[in-house]
Amino acid sequence: MFKRTRSTDDFAEEIKAHLELEADELQLEGLTEDEARRRAHIAFGNVGAAQERFYLRDRMVWFDNLLRDIRFAIRQLTKNPGFATTAILVLALGIGVSVAIFGFVDAALLEPLPYTNPSQLMSVNESSVESPRWPLSYPDYLDWQRMNHSFSSLDVYSGAGYILNNSSGAEPVQAERVSGGFFQTLGIHPMLGRDFYPGENRPGGPNVLLLSYGTWFHRFGARRDAIGQTVDLDGRAFTIIGVLPHTFSFAPGGSAEFWVPINSFSDHEKKRTFYTFLGIGRLRPGVTAQAALAEMNPIAKQLQLQYGITGLDLTASVVPLSEMIVGDVRPILLTLLSGALLLLLIACVNVGSLVLVRSESRRREVAVRGALGATPARLAEQFVTEGLLLGLLGSLAGMMVAAGIMRLLGSLVPKGMASNMPFLGSVGLNAHTAVFAAAVAMLVVLSLAATPMLRLLFLEVHEGMADGDRGSGSRFWRRLGANLVVVELVIAVVLLAGAGLLGRSLYRLLHVPLGFDPSHLATMSVMALDTVYKSDEQVIGLYREIVRRVSSLPGVQTAGMTSMLPVQCNCATDRIHFPGRPDHGEHNEVDERHVSPGYLPALRAALVRGRYFTEADDPSHPRVAIINQVLARKYFPNEDPVGQRIANDESGRPSVWEIVGVVDDVREGALDVEAWPAEYFPINQTRQNNFSLVVRTSQDEGSMLPRLVNTLHQIDSNLAVSDETTMTEKIDATQAALLHRFSALLVGGFAAIALILGVVGLYGVIAYSMSQRTREIGVRMALGAQRSSVYALVMRQAGWLTATGLAIGLVCSIGSSLLIRSLLFGVEAWDAVTLSLVAFLLGFASMAASFLPAHRAASVNPVEALRAE
Amino acid sequence: MPSQKNPDDRIALLQGTLDLLILKTLVLGPCHGQGVARSIQRRSEEVFFVDHGSLYLALQRLEDKKWISAKWGVSENNRKARFYSLTAKGREQLVEKTSEWERLTRAMGLILGSSPGPSSEEA
Repeated sequence: MFKRTRSTDDFAEEIKAHLELEADELQLEGLTEDEARRRAHIAFGNVGAAQERFYLRDRMVWFDNLLRDIRFAIRQLTKNPGFATTAILVLALGIGVSVAIFGFVDAALLEPLPYTNPSQLMSVNESSVESPRWPLSYPDYLDWQRMNHSFSSLDVYSGAGYILNNSSGAEPVQAERVSGGFFQTLGIHPMLGRDFYPGENRPGGPNVLLLSYGTWFHRFGARRDAIGQTVDLDGRAFTIIGVLPHTFSFAPGGSAEFWVPINSFSDHEKKRTFYTFLGIGRLRPGVTAQAALAEMNPIAKQLQLQYGITGLDLTASVVPLSEMIVGDVRPILLTLLSGALLLLLIACVNVGSLVLVRSESRRREVAVRGALGATPARLAEQFVTEGLLLGLLGSLAGMMVAAGIMRLLGSLVPKGMASNMPFLGSVGLNAHTAVFAAAVAMLVVLSLAATPMLRLLFLEVHEGMADGDRGSGSRFWRRLGANLVVVELVIAVVLLAGAGLLGRSLYRLLHVPLGFDPSHLATMSVMALDTVYKSDEQVIGLYREIVRRVSSLPGVQTAGMTSMLPVQCNCATDRIHFPGRPDHGEHNEVDERHVSPGYLPALRAALVRGRYFTEADDPSHPRVAIINQVLARKYFPNEDPVGQRIANDESGRPSVWEIVGVVDDVREGALDVEAWPAEYFPINQTRQNNFSLVVRTSQDEGSMLPRLVNTLHQIDSNLAVSDETTMTEKIDATQAALLHRFSALLVGGFAAIALILGVVGLYGVIAYSMSQRTREIGVRMALGAQRSSVYALVMRQAGWLTATGLAIGLVCSIGSSLLIRSLLFGVEAWDAVTLSLVAFLLGFASMAASFLPAHRAASVNPVEALRAE
Repeated sequence: MPSQKNPDDRIALLQGTLDLLILKTLVLGPCHGQGVARSIQRRSEEVFFVDHGSLYLALQRLEDKKWISAKWGVSENNRKARFYSLTAKGREQLVEKTSEWERLTRAMGLILGSSPGPSSEEA
């Protein structure tokens, strides 16, 4: 098709020869030379047409035109590098951000979980009024497993911490205890060794475990003979029977290193009311989640009746496992995606209006080409090609931006949180993102191509030709350009309002009353082997030694210990009742913390009534408790709680505690959750081998951490110390703070870009319309208009656009804020302060942006303006 | 006076027949485009008028198909001209196209000659 052996010149030569031959012959027939030549020409007809047909024969005309259009488009872009760079940068930003966010959405929400038939996998648990996902007790699990017909298999898992003893000392490690069929239910096969044998999860089964791939790689050098070796966990030898595949991850298990069968139980765990195991089940083919739930609810009820469980109204919950894993991040990701798409829209509109301005200044070119015979279709082709080129370049740059942003965002997620988000690993430019990117690029290209086409539709050739001689702005431009700017401003308002609300949520969240002073607190978690520290005396001796040694360090004010640090979760709870009051089986759930005498003073938790614990509150003295104000208000509304008693089952034994003090509400649970009732027991009376050390320092707490760890190891080198950090960092790293910070930051970034683009767009419209009206303004001033009235003229136009954009934007933003309500904390969607701040910010920025063109217009020298054209 | 008929009496060439006419003309020996045009016009007793632009495109088409070959030469009155001659493939095509044409004209003749329309009967 492309062999074109004969040149057009050769063909032209042949036609010339023909004309000469014909003229010769006509001359022979008796015509004069001139007449012969004339006749030959007439007989031949249109020489140019013949040559054109020769040129076009079996050429793909459209392709030819395309090449020419592309060449022309490139010339146009390079002729105006400022325009080209701006347009491509803006597009790259819009496309890059939305593709990157989509990458996360895809990995988290669209990609199926990496298990066999993941849609059949359900998170199966009990459900209570307090929590829709209430763990199972082990006896309940066994009954559920026995009685149901909906699941082909039902398994449970529960997180566990062990102390790993190896040649380099003791180290706390994360593990997951799972029932025997756990991996079969997921459809995961060990890459090395074997899965649990059926009997290994029965009570009293052997100490065996499976390794995570990372553990096998890092701790066992990826050696195949690791199988069969033993690992010392909590002083017990576990035999390694298998290694899980590289691709395996189980988000609810975090970054568990060891997978141990549930075959030994504490006294608690044997009880039907000790809810600590989370379930997963695989639905039988054809059974829906609803059907399974309908079957499990009566089973849950029946068991409650059968075993006389009162006070807790438990039903079943059956939700897809994917829902459980990504349910938390879904609203955030969708919000971010919407924000990114809005940004993309604003970028398109922005570049669209840039293209429009340019097509405006090329009206004469278009009109001339039209007058010379270019068909509207041919003219449109040219503009479509330019849109195409711009869109393609923008998309290419956008891909690079996207890759960069994905990597950046991925690295911003802290490690602790990332282990609960296994999908982060699969974020990247894959087939899904490529399709999305292509779709986005296509839309961008289409909109960029359509803008000048719209423009052409309204263009009248004679108007265009005449335009160069007149100086009034075209009505078309004013109409469309103004509408586009209003769209930009509306989007900017929506994003700004979203960012404002999320920002205020974050502020509110970080300023939630904590009930203690988090500054200058160093914390770390400590595990002491219970094979070494067995008796009360030994453990209490350790506590005292730690407090004594740590307190004597320079820069340390006080030190204390707790079973669990504040601002973590409303977990490790207790069921209490009140001796002397009628017990109707109410489920009185409270946070339970075991703390040393120095702990509450170290936190600076204010004592409201009574006293703190003292060293005298030990096993030889009566059991005592401190409660928080929520508990006091809830259960002792009109009486003095000090001196009252609360009762529970402590370590399986009924116990009674006398309240000796009331403290301010130290926030034990997450920042975005209401404070719960809480009780504190003396750690000396409850004995706790795993605890957190809290140290109040007078100097920078972060720099104290290494010395503190050192001191602990001096006391006993086998103490497993981990998670050494400061309290403020600890709080900042909680999921609630991170998620809010993440969304506020990103949406804030989007909003900032949107504001800039919107205001620049407004500036463009005003500046362009002023440049078109220079002559008009000149005439006005020549006729006596004051500078102030010229200012007013410009500012009125800008003010009108801004006001329209703001009005529509504020209405839209209330709507959009209602959609992201689940992400807001302590702020209403229609928060007046935020909305008026947004209005003020945008109004101010808009006025600032239009002041420049107004100033320029007002400084027009009428003489020059009139002479200019 | 140049021998030219009144343009109204001339018949535009049927689609596809030009190729056949060119091949037939070239059977007589190599010839340039202008000669081919003259020859067709003359031998059709000035009934056919060959559009010169179309002729040259047709020549190019035939050359692309390798039915004819071309080379620049000098005409009898010493003018530079591009001479076309039949190739072996072109000769085959000529035979084939001629028989095709004959079948076509026979069929046309059968229809037009044997069953004249009712309107002409009345007239």
